[in-house]
Amino acid sequence: MTMIGCDEAIRRLWEYLDGTVEGPDLERLEHHLERCRRCCAELEFTEELRRFMRESAPEEVPPDVMARLNATLEELRDR
Amino acid sequence: MADATPRTETEDFQRLARDELPRLYAIARKLVGDDAEDAVQDCLLKAFERFEQLDDPKAGPAWLARVLVNCCHDRGRRRARRPQEVELDTVDDFSLYRKIAREDPFPYSDTLHLDFLGEFGTEDVREVLLRLPGHYRIPLVLVHMYGYPTDEVADIVDVPQGTVLARLHRGRKLFERKLWDYAEEHGILERGRR
Repeated sequence: MTMIGCDEAIRRLWEYLDGTVEGPDLERLEHHLERCRRCCAELEFTEELRRFMRESAPEEVPPDVMARLNATLEELRDR
Repeated sequence: MADATPRTETEDFQRLARDELPRLYAIARKLVGDDAEDAVQDCLLKAFERFEQLDDPKAGPAWLARVLVNCCHDRGRRRARRPQEVELDTVDDFSLYRKIAREDPFPYSDTLHLDFLGEFGTEDVREVLLRLPGHYRIPLVLVHMYGYPTDEVADIVDVPQGTVLARLHRGRKLFERKLWDYAEEHGILERGRR
């Protein structure tokens, strides 16, 4: 099996977490991760980044904005 | 002239849109910032005009998202701030993890990387996203923040799934790089060193 280096491994960490690395590429990446503590730490950080993005998703709708959007919907009734 | 949309369809549309308003607004905030309300208003009017084209009611939420993304895209083209130039050749190799480790902005911390992320509020993240070109920002927001599968995003933005995956790949690296740039510009790194 061809070995990969850290640069190649870190380029694929997001895809690895997506589950889109397959076949020999997956084998090479996992082989590298089994032996490289730094890339494993980077993998954990990438997982944190994914969580960070999910947790940044909620946005409160200000009550005045919600009122205006609902008013638009109500007006549709009479079009 | 008689109303082209029967009352029941109007009510169906209102019900669908009302349920989706919080999500539509949240997505729009991430895609066009302060123009979010206008983008959602555009979306409601356009979607209502085309509501009869929606064959499957179960597809309503995704269909509304598609209309919204198009409205955001139009607004972005017309007047959103210009995303900052990025050297795309170098961004694929950027690693925020390594950058933080090398620069060590929180020298007294045992959880350096988490502390770095902890400095960002929702508004900061939104600002960072708005610095990305739209074709990277849209898949990033839809997939990683709102959980859309990549095939659905491909349908929403009308490009092949492979293109969405390629844009996600680069968009995520750009996002990492822009988080760092933003931290530098906004004194987040200085705060950590105190």
